[in-house]
Amino acid sequence: MTGFIHSKESFGTVDGPGIRYVLFMQGCPMRCLYCHNPDTWKTGEGTEITVEEVVSEIKSNKAFYVKGGITVSGGEPLLQMEFLTELFRRCKEENIHTCIDTSGITFKEEKEYIEKLDILLGYTDLVMLDIKHIESGSHKALTGHENENILAFAKHLEEKNISLWIRHVVVEGYTDKKEDLIKLGEFIGKLKNLKGLDVLPYHTMGVNKYKELGIPYKLEGVQALSKADAQKAKEYILYGIKKSRQLG
Amino acid sequence: MIQKYDGWKGFESGTWTKEINVRSFIKHNFTPYDGNEEFLVGPTKATLDLWEQVMDLTKQEREAGGVLDMDTRVISTITSHGPGYLNKDLEKIVGLQTDKPLKRALMPYGGIRMAEKACKDNGYEIDPEIKEFFTTHRKTHNAGVFDAYTPEMRACRSSHIITGLPDAYGRGRIIGDYRRVALYGVDRLIEDKMEQKETTRSAMYSQVIQEREELSEQIRALEDLKKMALSYGFDISHPARDTKEAIQWLYFGYLAAVKEQNGAAMSLGRTSTFLDIYSERDIKNGVYTEEELQEMIDHFIMKLRLIKFARTPEYNALFSGDPQWVTESIGGMAIDGRHMVTKMSYRYLHTLENLGAAPEPNLTVLWSTNLPENFKRFCAKISIETSSVQYENDDLMRFHHGDDYAIACCVSSMKLGKEMQFFGARANLAKCLLYAINGGVDEISGKQIAPKYRPITSEYLDYSEVMEKYDAMMEWLAGVYVNTLNIIHYMHDKYCYEKIQMALHDKKVTRWFATGIAGLSVVADSLSAIKYAKVKTIRNEDGIVVDYEVEGDFPKYGNDDDLVDEIAYDIVHRFMTHIKKNHTYRDGIPTTSILTITSNVVYGKNTGATPDGRKKGEAFAPGANPMHRRDTKGAVSSLASVAKLPFVDAQDGISNTFSIIPGALGKDDQIFAGDIEVNFDCTDGACISPTLFEGLDAE
Repeated sequence: MTGFIHSKESFGTVDGPGIRYVLFMQGCPMRCLYCHNPDTWKTGEGTEITVEEVVSEIKSNKAFYVKGGITVSGGEPLLQMEFLTELFRRCKEENIHTCIDTSGITFKEEKEYIEKLDILLGYTDLVMLDIKHIESGSHKALTGHENENILAFAKHLEEKNISLWIRHVVVEGYTDKKEDLIKLGEFIGKLKNLKGLDVLPYHTMGVNKYKELGIPYKLEGVQALSKADAQKAKEYILYGIKKSRQLG
Repeated sequence: MIQKYDGWKGFESGTWTKEINVRSFIKHNFTPYDGNEEFLVGPTKATLDLWEQVMDLTKQEREAGGVLDMDTRVISTITSHGPGYLNKDLEKIVGLQTDKPLKRALMPYGGIRMAEKACKDNGYEIDPEIKEFFTTHRKTHNAGVFDAYTPEMRACRSSHIITGLPDAYGRGRIIGDYRRVALYGVDRLIEDKMEQKETTRSAMYSQVIQEREELSEQIRALEDLKKMALSYGFDISHPARDTKEAIQWLYFGYLAAVKEQNGAAMSLGRTSTFLDIYSERDIKNGVYTEEELQEMIDHFIMKLRLIKFARTPEYNALFSGDPQWVTESIGGMAIDGRHMVTKMSYRYLHTLENLGAAPEPNLTVLWSTNLPENFKRFCAKISIETSSVQYENDDLMRFHHGDDYAIACCVSSMKLGKEMQFFGARANLAKCLLYAINGGVDEISGKQIAPKYRPITSEYLDYSEVMEKYDAMMEWLAGVYVNTLNIIHYMHDKYCYEKIQMALHDKKVTRWFATGIAGLSVVADSLSAIKYAKVKTIRNEDGIVVDYEVEGDFPKYGNDDDLVDEIAYDIVHRFMTHIKKNHTYRDGIPTTSILTITSNVVYGKNTGATPDGRKKGEAFAPGANPMHRRDTKGAVSSLASVAKLPFVDAQDGISNTFSIIPGALGKDDQIFAGDIEVNFDCTDGACISPTLFEGLDAE
């Protein structure tokens, strides 16, 4: 079984717990304005890689990954679900912790899709779901897609009791509105499988890639968010979580 | 037996009471500490005042261009200078190399020209009488070496295929077991050495004569050590009676060594857990408080930070700065399975907080996966705050050296008091490859340096042809290299013998005959390029290959790719095999190291273009590092390539210089400190990461 990757990082420390082997999968249907990996967008590109290649690389350096594991990120990893399923099946055989870093955009409530997805989830220890915006309209403006299926995906993960971290990127003027953040908190607070919240400040490190790729950068001029502002946003979300849990 | 000395009261007896055996003392008496750092205390007023004085002196030194003062008249010996102080009333631990802080001593035994130049380059003139004396009447190590060098050795030296040889400066890398001074007192050590001298073989072969002469020198050095201590008002003939004396006695031992030798590395050993035995006893008996103990350690470390030597700008360029390598090894595991972290290990590292970050002393944690979690976290915290801690793999070294070894310099491991090392700089294996291609002609000077082996004449390089020639050239290089070192160590023993350091060793000492490799990743990538891509030679008008064109891509060392990593492995193993074919001075056991931590720039500068696409003069990667920017798969893959190198062939150490921005170690350093962990067994709440969910009291 082979998959297409953009690149890999053998020492990932920001994409899940511990030190992780991170596969950045090629291809993504989202067009997030702030995306810092626009070079992973196109499908049909990238480097082909086999499941066994990945598993043997992790195994040979397992000492590094005892408190970490593998994360598939991207791009949108769930575009290559069959590859992921086989990869994670093998990882679980080797007792390697598995994590999917996803936008949830591929989720659809179709029987055939869900059957396939559930097999994958059976081998998945953690999902990091990046909810870009809680309001569907704003979500569309930001990413080109609405968010109903993403929120449904979160609920599906709850149903399957898959550990969930929510990630949220805070961009000044786009995703930093207090009411939205509280509302996001209220939504995720109800999810019983929620284990972590990772609030990421927007940064401008991806800008050069746009220049190289000749893609116009739509957030030109938007400043990187300070750590303190990200912390403030996190507190609003936490407030929302608390509120929903007190009510519930 | 245990009552023999006042200083031993309350200690558990063992072999150590019958013979000189510090390891036995530690084993029977140390207390592993599993707690955290909460017991530690901040600096006292005296510490802060003294440190301010040191900072002020350091500032003056910087403003004076790097050197504050130099001795140009008094030849440094253990007893050459009267006592020196920072502030006698405040210092809990005393002793300076000369009569004033940061005044650099004059040490001409390694070589008078080097000593003279070190003064001159810093604006000082050595006493003409001294120069005359050491030129005409008293031979130096340097003069002896050059009397014996062959023309071939000189040629190798000037073409830089062998570089950094300790033939004009002190070789260093020897660690006296300074703890012996504290545990036994100097009289007992002298007694022991007398007995050793009485029991040498009686047929006077040159080795026996040398041994007897050296033992006499050692005994004299121990007598001098007592005198020096007495000048500070301490009688160290008997064992130390409490922590303060133990630190002071031990430091006097070390101080005697740095008064006598300007070695390339003057390391301290493994003293923290040893001293902890004294402080635990003193705490139990109510002799000292935590404040007092930390103050002593702070003052001790402050003294170690003041150790300086007179050196030339070229020396500083080779070593990228003015390092002393006052390495202290901390932690590690005992053979019986206990970890050796003690409260004193914490106090040592805590000096980085009390006095601020500093490169010296080079605090080195002997890391094992089995060290207590609290200590690991504390180390991580100190590393994040100060970037001043070195880590070495105890699990790897303990297998070879047991549980009472220490690190000399940056990575050279040796059993304290039982093993020493003949430091051997390094051979440039990248240049050796170019010699193989050019039939022994130097690619920069055009001179015939190596024997006139048949050069490669084809336009494109063929892997098996290159390997065959390279192997032969390595064999030649190993021969001339080892023999050069034989001369160096013979002369160093003869003219610049490390009296006090060797006095703090057993009679029977294992001598490691260290060699070193520079340019490993250049060689691995070059051979990989030749094997897996096409490498075209570009020749000058004399037919010498001076540049290369690489066509196509090739596996590069540093990406966890066996195709090239195995080449690197093979080169280390081959070179070591050739080294071992040679006779070594005093039955030295050959080892090699791959650790050009700082001199990689200088080596690169003196090496022509290489088949991996590296341009002439371009720096090598440091140590066993992959070449800059060629490792593209992240840190683990890069480290994995390095980890495949054979430690049994490179027991003197393999180094990998690794820089990383704090953000890449995980958000808010949580990963590095191990705060976010995967719990495989968690079902529900247990998996919640406290830091990721900070601020949420619900649940």
